[in-house]
Amino acid sequence: MAMRKVAVVGAGMTRFVRRALETGKELSYEASKMALDYCDLTLDEVDCVVHGTAPDSFDGVHMKGEYLSDGSGAWRKPYTRCYVGGGTGVFAPIHGWYHVASGLFDICLVVCEEKMSSCQPHPQGAFLTIFDHTTERPLKPNLLWIFAMEMNRYMHTYGLKKEDIALVSVKNKRNAADHPCSLLGDANITLQDVLNSEVLAWPVQRLDVSPVTDGAVALVLAAEHVARRICDKPIWIEGVGWNLDTAYWTNRDLCYPRYVEKAARMAYEMAGITEPRKQIHIAEPYDPFDYKELHHLEGLMLFDRGKAPEATALGITQRNGDLPVCPSGGLLGVGNPIAAAGLMKVAELFWQLRGEAGARQVPGQPRRGVAQAWGDLMQVGTVAVLGV
Amino acid sequence: MTVKIDKFPGVYLHESDFEQGRVLYNTWDPQAQYAWDAGIAIGRYLSELKQGHLVGVRCNQCRRTVVPPRAFCEWCFRPMDDWVNLPDTGTVNTFSLCYVTWDMQYLTEPQIPAVIDIDGTRPSVGIMHLLGDVDPKKVHIGMRVQAVWKPEEERTGSILDIRHFKPV
Ligand SMILES: [Zn+2]
Repeated sequence: MAMRKVAVVGAGMTRFVRRALETGKELSYEASKMALDYCDLTLDEVDCVVHGTAPDSFDGVHMKGEYLSDGSGAWRKPYTRCYVGGGTGVFAPIHGWYHVASGLFDICLVVCEEKMSSCQPHPQGAFLTIFDHTTERPLKPNLLWIFAMEMNRYMHTYGLKKEDIALVSVKNKRNAADHPCSLLGDANITLQDVLNSEVLAWPVQRLDVSPVTDGAVALVLAAEHVARRICDKPIWIEGVGWNLDTAYWTNRDLCYPRYVEKAARMAYEMAGITEPRKQIHIAEPYDPFDYKELHHLEGLMLFDRGKAPEATALGITQRNGDLPVCPSGGLLGVGNPIAAAGLMKVAELFWQLRGEAGARQVPGQPRRGVAQAWGDLMQVGTVAVLGV
Repeated sequence: MTVKIDKFPGVYLHESDFEQGRVLYNTWDPQAQYAWDAGIAIGRYLSELKQGHLVGVRCNQCRRTVVPPRAFCEWCFRPMDDWVNLPDTGTVNTFSLCYVTWDMQYLTEPQIPAVIDIDGTRPSVGIMHLLGDVDPKKVHIGMRVQAVWKPEEERTGSILDIRHFKPV
């Protein structure tokens, strides 16, 4: 395939907060402006814009992509909005990547925004429509059910305890204490705090879950000839992958995310990665729940099936461990404005690989990282590999 | 985040900002109503439930027998071959003890959603339903269960024609 090299050359983000004063447009503008300023570009130089955001029902705004378009700098430009559920935040830069890799555009602004606080009394109301309208919704399901049942299946299959999984929440909330935009960073949180938090839907407890959040993140992507001219250290998008498994979720084994493996294989092949455990130095898997980080690390083939909890207990996934995982603080710590949270992970790799992550910097000059997000009815995987 | 940026936008609103009227907002309460046609496969599934039967479908090419029924095999991309009568028994594949409603109201007695692998399916596959007539502490993966049907005159052709599944 004759594809052009594409780099990330700028990133910006707002603070992640429970309820923001700013509108979605204003959040989008702030993140976009910061990303453009980062690489000294003006909006005129942007060829196309990609936006990723949750369904219209979240905000009660018809065609939310259009509503957010001015804040994303999209007017009088080729503009598309993409959406693959929680996977959107890593899919949006993939969408931007193929705009540039194809040769169609040289510079693409990628923006992800979420304002979950607008949906009252709780954004779960907008999530309920993910269940089948005839065979499932009459049971009055709530969103936690599906995750709690997946977590239970994962624990049962590998004989895991709550303690094994709660360590992820502790790690990520501690990591997030070093993130200036974080909602739930807590340097002093303990395993007991997580284990003693209230039970919502066993085995899911309050501190196993990421919070409702408002926020926005933006990236600037550029073709190689532009990237080398405007950026001292472009971070290359070396591989991308995405994959969707069956939506008959009760018909597949919930203990393993096969769709993540398929997406990862696609991305690794493109990036020339044959031994991910040696060739990947940082991982930012999607962690809306603590068990999901473990699940996804296994799907990304960074640990054997059922072995990610053991690696976590051994400290391998700590920021100074052999494979730092969610050095940003992840969704559990920084916050979970759905699409923006996924793009935050890609932005984190950008800062980490440039050596600009400040207090969160992973030691040892990491050269390659993987970001992954997950969504739809729990069965879409989106993966991006970034490298120096 | 990056060491190059020392100030980030995004203003955190607190409850007190609303109580004291420091921020303005407006609200909307949508009245959206929908009617979903059950379709060919689920239509028959529901009418069989009304008769007190649980049915699945078989694909002779990939040799699967699955529930909920579907008109076409999504892997072989061809029509399903047969309707199959399934027993109303199965095994708990996974479950949760849920103490909150969707809008975060607390429940004193948990709801027990489960994926129940239905006997007679191949490979073994399940449906989501609720467990009942059981002590929440005794529920476990691998537990054998059976459907508890509503009386015939109360059935409407709905997944709720099964009240819940209970231990055998
Ligand atoms: Zn088939």
